[in-house]
Amino acid sequence: MRMGEGRLQRYGLRFVALGYLAALLVIPVTIIFFRTFEDGLGPPLEAITSPDGQHAFWLTLVCVGIAVPLNTIFGVLAALVLVRQKFRGKAILNTIIDLPFAISPVVIGLALLLVYGRQGWLGPTLIDNGIQIIFSTPGMVLATIFVSLPFVVRETMPVLQEIGNEQEQAASTLGANGWQTFWRVTLPAIRWGVAYGVVLATARALGEFGAVSVVSGRISGETETLPLFVENEFTNFNLAGAYAAAIVLALLALVVLFSMNLFKRKETEA
Amino acid sequence: MAANDATVAAPPRVSLRSPFGGELLSRGVVTLWLSVIVLIPLAAVVEHSLQDGLGAFWEAIKEPEAVAAIKLTLITSLIITTINATMGTLIAWVLVRDEFRGKAIVNSLIDLPFALPTIVAGLTLLALYGPKSPIGANVAYTKAAIVLALLFVTLPFVVRAVQPVLIEVDREMEEAAASLGASRRRIFRSVLLPNLTPAIVAGCALAFARALGEYGSLVLITGNIPFDTQVASVYIFGRIESDAPTSAAAVSVFLLILSVVLLFALNLVSRWSSRHANG
Repeated sequence: MRMGEGRLQRYGLRFVALGYLAALLVIPVTIIFFRTFEDGLGPPLEAITSPDGQHAFWLTLVCVGIAVPLNTIFGVLAALVLVRQKFRGKAILNTIIDLPFAISPVVIGLALLLVYGRQGWLGPTLIDNGIQIIFSTPGMVLATIFVSLPFVVRETMPVLQEIGNEQEQAASTLGANGWQTFWRVTLPAIRWGVAYGVVLATARALGEFGAVSVVSGRISGETETLPLFVENEFTNFNLAGAYAAAIVLALLALVVLFSMNLFKRKETEA
Repeated sequence: MAANDATVAAPPRVSLRSPFGGELLSRGVVTLWLSVIVLIPLAAVVEHSLQDGLGAFWEAIKEPEAVAAIKLTLITSLIITTINATMGTLIAWVLVRDEFRGKAIVNSLIDLPFALPTIVAGLTLLALYGPKSPIGANVAYTKAAIVLALLFVTLPFVVRAVQPVLIEVDREMEEAAASLGASRRRIFRSVLLPNLTPAIVAGCALAFARALGEYGSLVLITGNIPFDTQVASVYIFGRIESDAPTSAAAVSVFLLILSVVLLFALNLVSRWSSRHANG
């Protein structure tokens, strides 16, 4: 800042950083928006309102609608257990929670296949009893739960650590029972952290491709979520459909991005 | 808050009734959920990979197509980790130390790859760098496409790891170094970089692990050509599709061990370097 040379360096770095982001993120995403509406609103609208497109949209919502609430309850509970309790094996439990981050989505799909599939551990028994998990919605829900499992735990734990447990103890001393303490003291204090985790989990659940792809069998109009619909349309040379579904997902991603910023700000304000 | 930590560290042990029943019960529920969702399925993969003995396990991994896929995965993951270490740190620096209009927007854009579904990421990259590229830069179905897609999905890791550290860093040391006549380069290398290294390493570890297993963003753009652009996750997918789950499981376990060991090792490195930086 003191001399011209420093300013030049600063501009150079800014140029490189912004150029990199433009080439990698901004320009490609912008082009998709243009390509989608190249021939007007008709083709993308048609693709997205087709029976298969509609079904993919609803199936995506079903997977997210089951996986995210379950992982939110689990996440808050797990965070409470890991932060507030002392027990043997805690470090191991803590590590296992991160596993879904370190594992390839395809391996996650395979894992579910090897438990619930025809050659799996439980598959034959379940299928004999008329319960179909693989190539059907339950398998896709399980895959979605697996991949979105760590987010709420990871975002809630640091907040819980930071607030300490003095207030909880005070509430407890004043005669509040466990539920009252949780609802009136703990939850209000951690809510933005939880909300941030929920948003991240939702984003991951909405967009999951690999794991869901393996267990779904990819039957159009039956076991196809929006991301699978995008791939299917693309490989069938129906670019308008692929772009249209991609736009829907991209818009949802923008909502997610907006919420992330909002919740992060609330969290730091709190 | 931080000043209070020392006194908060050892609170009087009031028996706090957990809202979810006893401590043991809540612990049990968490363990059960993790077992059903994560552990049992993963155990099934390990068991299945060893179903026909260790010999068959190695045979499955030593298959030429598998070796080529694993090699390609490792090389591309290393390349993108190196690029991320540089570009991620640079972007974090610009976002923290530089001032320009629209910085807040750029800052929130960094998270876009986390929010955007991977298949959409692949599709968007194909729009700019594919056969119909408006700038004539067609890299579709080449190894460069793999690197591009991996760079897209791993962008936030290093930036988001380095940014908070850079905000916290004490600028007095840099100013002191500058007043003693150190060049900007020198200041960066001897003063700033040692402080950032643990964060860079941590971000790189996450990026590398993510790259090892990435699938969705690669499906459309790489063409999945065996011995050329087929990465490990795509190979595993192919094995599953051709009804060879044992060989798919073997490569999966190999990948699993690799990413877990690497994460662990890099974790140790970052712990060591942070101790070193403070010592």
